[in-house]
Amino acid sequence: MAAAVLIKNLRKSYGDVPAVKDISFTVEPGEIFGLLGPNGAGKTTTIRCLCTLAKPDRGKIEVGGISAIASPKAVRQRLGYVAQEVAIDKVLTGRELLKLQAALYHLPKKSIGDRTNQLIEVLGLQDYADKKTGTYSGGIRKRLDLAAGLLHQPEVLVLDEPTVGLDIESRMVVWEFLQALREAGTTVLITSHYLEEIDALADRLAIIDQGVVIAEGTPSELKDKLGGDRITLRIREFTPYEEAEKAKYILESLPFVENVIVNTVQGNSLNLIVTSGQNSLSKIEQSLSEVSLPTFSLAQSRPSLDDVYLAATGKTIMDAQIAASSSRDLKKEKKQQMK
Amino acid sequence: MSQSISSRNIKSALAPNPAVGGQNNESSNSLGDFIQETLALTQRLFIQLQRRPSTLIAGIIQPFMWLVLFGALFSKAPAGLFGSDLSYAKFLAPGVIVFTAFSGALNAGLPVMFDREFGFLNRLLVAPLSSRYSIVAASTIYIIALSFIQTAVIIFASAILGAGLPGIVGLSAIALIVFLIVLGVTALSLGLAFALPGHIELLAVIFVTNLPLLFASTALAPLSFMAGWLQVIASLNPLTYAIEPIRYIYGHGDWAINSIVMNTPWIGFSFGSVILVLLGFDALILLAIQPLLRRRFA
Repeated sequence: MAAAVLIKNLRKSYGDVPAVKDISFTVEPGEIFGLLGPNGAGKTTTIRCLCTLAKPDRGKIEVGGISAIASPKAVRQRLGYVAQEVAIDKVLTGRELLKLQAALYHLPKKSIGDRTNQLIEVLGLQDYADKKTGTYSGGIRKRLDLAAGLLHQPEVLVLDEPTVGLDIESRMVVWEFLQALREAGTTVLITSHYLEEIDALADRLAIIDQGVVIAEGTPSELKDKLGGDRITLRIREFTPYEEAEKAKYILESLPFVENVIVNTVQGNSLNLIVTSGQNSLSKIEQSLSEVSLPTFSLAQSRPSLDDVYLAATGKTIMDAQIAASSSRDLKKEKKQQMK
Repeated sequence: MSQSISSRNIKSALAPNPAVGGQNNESSNSLGDFIQETLALTQRLFIQLQRRPSTLIAGIIQPFMWLVLFGALFSKAPAGLFGSDLSYAKFLAPGVIVFTAFSGALNAGLPVMFDREFGFLNRLLVAPLSSRYSIVAASTIYIIALSFIQTAVIIFASAILGAGLPGIVGLSAIALIVFLIVLGVTALSLGLAFALPGHIELLAVIFVTNLPLLFASTALAPLSFMAGWLQVIASLNPLTYAIEPIRYIYGHGDWAINSIVMNTPWIGFSFGSVILVLLGFDALILLAIQPLLRRRFA
């Protein structure tokens, strides 16, 4: 069976600025695949190339084995696209917008009414469908756009940053809906710069940074590859620095401890990286009590996707996000995308 | 958020089905698809008009004011100045008809430009349209319909102001001429809407074209009033080729296809040859915008 989405050695520049340098990944049928990365990493450009809105400079793009460059129309029929900023005609009602979209995807005229009603019901839009879309909240607008993207029962639904700007409740609604969509057999490709979102939803993911893929796999694969568990230890609520240093000295001698840092910003707590599956917590507690050091709190966690990103790029996604938003000229980018 | 997403029927509603729509649908044919998408896009424009009618209202008030104000401006002009048997009201009506249709058509690209800027156009471009020319076709149908409404109102208002009313054949000929000038200018404006960077640039083009083309035509004064160089320009201006035959229809109940309706400094044009010139103008514009559209629609 052909991959639901295949992207290979994709490159795309706007002017002389490379938005995507070399991106390759494969989305298998029926999975939720996440593209994770800070703003400006090249996620949206990749999606624009996939959805035939932009022509790649080079590289291969296939949907269900069909080339997006050679047969764009066939690919458009197979994709549903939910853009980051929902462009809706404020004067139309939700129902009118859905009917317009149904006609653009050539649904048989007789079935348009039924299909529209069905999606209005599934997305819980009954109270809003006959109001003008200009009156909608962000969450309702996103639901309408989900309905619009699914009218023609596409094989792959592509969502670009689907929960940016949504309140937590609306975000949960979108998450649950995407999971239901996967249950029903639709492949989902989602981009996000929210770690939790990709971690919670994606069966597999690719992490993108500065136009290249820096890691691809399942969330747990990527974290396991990074190795070790993270342990945060507080000796007291506010630990004196000397005591923390003493504890660090003792813990560093334990065979399963790989690295210890005294985090002076967080009340001299200790951050440890330990080999997984060693019953580390009780051993740490024991060796501390042997030198009469108390334990205020002790927490163990798997590495997060942020740790994966951190290990590959030397910065957290949040840092990259802040750096990107201060250096980007969004107006210029928009102009170039309009070309 | 009073309603949440319903889990009832969710599976059947959401399951992918590649057989839906276009390519794989046996009953699909591309002409049927083209008509379906064009009608849906046209319908959207008419829903917008119905809910935001201010453009149409302004588009009717403005030519009415042209008629009243310009009519009053020249109302004391010596009799026979604008042609042996033409009152200025009669002289002016064809100019206002053509100029109004022209201005409306020149603005045709603006909604498309805003769709581009707001990202709504992307919604159309990711859809498997049988041809993206349906976007152009829908705008053209819409603008031509608007022009016909405006033309009807101007003809009616002019009749009240003393211009008289052409017969049914004359009215049909006026409709044909309005159609031809609107088609070409709409195509030009839509081409610009895809070629220019943004609405500021499009508005700039509209501003520098609109009024100069009015004054460089015979809408407000006959050729014989003009300086020699302006006569040359006016004789090359497509608006003149739309205005003069309509003016002839207003002035002569007995016009025919071979009546000489227009005299340039060089030659006279019959009604039939004026229509050919307008057809040529349309063909030229449609050919000229092809590369612009192809670049966007490839």
